[in-house]
Amino acid sequence: MSTIVEQVSGAASEAAAPERALRPPSYWPFVVPALVTVLAVIIFPWLFTIWMSFQEWKVGSPTTFVGLSNYSRLPADPRFVESVGHTLSYTALSVLLPLVLGTFAAVVFHARFPGRGLLRALFIMPMMATPVAIALVWTMMFHPQLGILNYLLSLAGLPPQLWVFHPGTVIPSLVLVETWQWTPLVMLIVLGGIASLPTEPYESAQIDGASTWQMFRYITLPLIMPFLFIAAMIRAIDAIKSFDIIFAITQGGPGSASETINLYLYSVAFVYYDLGYASAIAVVFFALIVALTALLLWLRRRAQWNALGSDT
Amino acid sequence: MSAQTLLGRLALALGVFLIVSPAILFFLWMISLSVKFEVDNAAYPPVFWPEHFAWKNYGDVLSSNRFFTYFKNSLLVTGGATFLAMLVGVPAGYGIARMAAHKSAIVILIARITPGLSYLIPLFLLFQWLGLLGTLWPQIIIHLVVTVPIVIWIMIGYFETTPIELEEAARIDGATRWQVFRHVALPVAKPGLAVAFILAVIFSWNNFVFGIVLAGRETRTLPVAVYNMISFDQLSWGPLAAAALIVTLPVLLLTVFAQRQIVAGLTAGAVKGG
Repeated sequence: MSTIVEQVSGAASEAAAPERALRPPSYWPFVVPALVTVLAVIIFPWLFTIWMSFQEWKVGSPTTFVGLSNYSRLPADPRFVESVGHTLSYTALSVLLPLVLGTFAAVVFHARFPGRGLLRALFIMPMMATPVAIALVWTMMFHPQLGILNYLLSLAGLPPQLWVFHPGTVIPSLVLVETWQWTPLVMLIVLGGIASLPTEPYESAQIDGASTWQMFRYITLPLIMPFLFIAAMIRAIDAIKSFDIIFAITQGGPGSASETINLYLYSVAFVYYDLGYASAIAVVFFALIVALTALLLWLRRRAQWNALGSDT
Repeated sequence: MSAQTLLGRLALALGVFLIVSPAILFFLWMISLSVKFEVDNAAYPPVFWPEHFAWKNYGDVLSSNRFFTYFKNSLLVTGGATFLAMLVGVPAGYGIARMAAHKSAIVILIARITPGLSYLIPLFLLFQWLGLLGTLWPQIIIHLVVTVPIVIWIMIGYFETTPIELEEAARIDGATRWQVFRHVALPVAKPGLAVAFILAVIFSWNNFVFGIVLAGRETRTLPVAVYNMISFDQLSWGPLAAAALIVTLPVLLLTVFAQRQIVAGLTAGAVKGG
C-alpha cells in the first residue's frame, strides 16, 4: 500500500544523509533469504516476460524468435487500442472522485465527535473487504429490475439505469464501486496530512474572522497538497491495474466496453494462450504505469517548486 | 450553545452521515440479502427486513463438503505465504535498515507497481514445467509476490525508528549479530511485526487474480470459489450473498479489532513522505 510513498521519502532522506559510508558488510546474512525469494518470484518473472515478448509462443507449439513483431502488432490491434482508452478514462475518474471525496472525509474525520473510532473502522471496511465478495453484491445491486440502486433512483424520482449492463454507463458504474472502495485510503493519507499541520495559522485566521471554507481553501488545502499528490499517485497506480472488481462484475463487457489493458492481458494470456503477445502487452503496460508515475512525480516537483517560488 | 456552534455541529453530523452511510448501508444490505429467501430477494419494492429469515443460506454454504476444502486452502495459502514472508522479510527489513541500503527498495517499488498478471505468465509456465499445478504450492509461492514486499517494507520502517544504542551495548557485551537481532531488536519491533503480519494476511486472503489462473478444482481458495458460484447459481442471491459474507468476514473482523495497526501500516509511509 504505502510502498511508493516510502520509496519517495526514502530517496529523499538518502540524499540528505551521507551516513552510508558506515555500512557494515555483516548484515548481509539477514538479507540473503529475502534476496533469493525476490529474485525467484519478482526478478526472474520480469526477465522471463521481457524475453518471452520477443517470442512467438502459443501453448503446445515450440517457440520461435520473432524480434519486435509482438510489439508492432499492438498499434494495429483494435481491441488493445480500445482497451488503452478504457484504462485511461477508468483511471482518471478513479483518481479524481476518491481524491475529492477522500479529502472531504478527512476534514470530517479530523474533527472530534463521539463514536469516531468505530465509524472510522466502518468507513475503511470497503477497502479491506475481499474485492470479489463485494463485487458480487454490487452486481446484485446493479441489477436493472431487482437491484436496489434503481429502486433508490426511483425514490429520488430519477429514471432507472442499466448500470454495468450498458456500454455507455459501464465504466462510470465500475468507477462508482472503485470510488466506494478506495476513498478510505485517500482519507487516511490526507487525514495524516491534516493532523500534522500547525495550529497557529488557524488561530490567527480565526481572529481575522475567516470562515471555515476560507480556512480550508487558503490554509488547509495548500498545506496538504503534498499528501494529495501522494494519494493521487497511489490511487493512479492501483486504478490502472484494477482487475478484481472489473473481472468479477463485467468480465470486460458488455461486449468489450469495460475491457481495460489488464483484462485484455488476461484474455490474451489465459484464454487465447498467446503468451508471447501477452508478454509484450505486459511490458508495454508496465511502461505505461511507470510513465504515469513519473508524470505525477514530475507534477509534484513542479508544484513544490512553484510553491517555493511564491513564498519568497 | 450559540447558534453558530449548533449549526457547526449539525453540519458535522451531516458530513459524518454522508461519508459513512455508503459503507454501512452496503454491508447492511449484504447481510439482508444473505438472510432472505428468493421470494424476498426478488421482491419489488425491495424488502429489507424479511418476515422469515433464511438462515439455511448459511447452512447450505457451510454444510457443503467443498466449502471446508476451500476454507482449508485459503488458510494454507494465506498462512504459508504470510509465514514464509515473515521468515525472510523481517530479517531483511532489519538488514536493510541497519545497512541504510535504501536503493534496494527500488525492487519493492517495482513489485508495487507491477500488475499481478505479469508475474503469472512466467510463473505459470514454471509451475507447469515443475509439475506443481495440482498442489497448493504455486499459490503459496506466488502470494509471496504480495506478502514479501509488504513485510520488508513495514519492517524497514520500524527498525529504522528503533534505538540503535541498545544494540551497540549488546554488541559490546559480546552478543553476535544474530543474538542482537533475536533478543534486542526483535522484541522492540513487536508492534511492527503485528502490522506487517496483519496486512500480509489481509492482502493474501483477498487475492483473487492468482487463484483464477493457478487453482484447479481441488485447490481453489475462497475468493475463487465464490466467483465460481456466480456462474452456477446466477439467480439464487441468498446463498451467494451468504458465501460472500463468510469469505470476507475474517477480514472485516480483523479491520474492526486491529484498526489501529492497519491504519498505521497503510499511512506510515504517506505521512513520512509528505
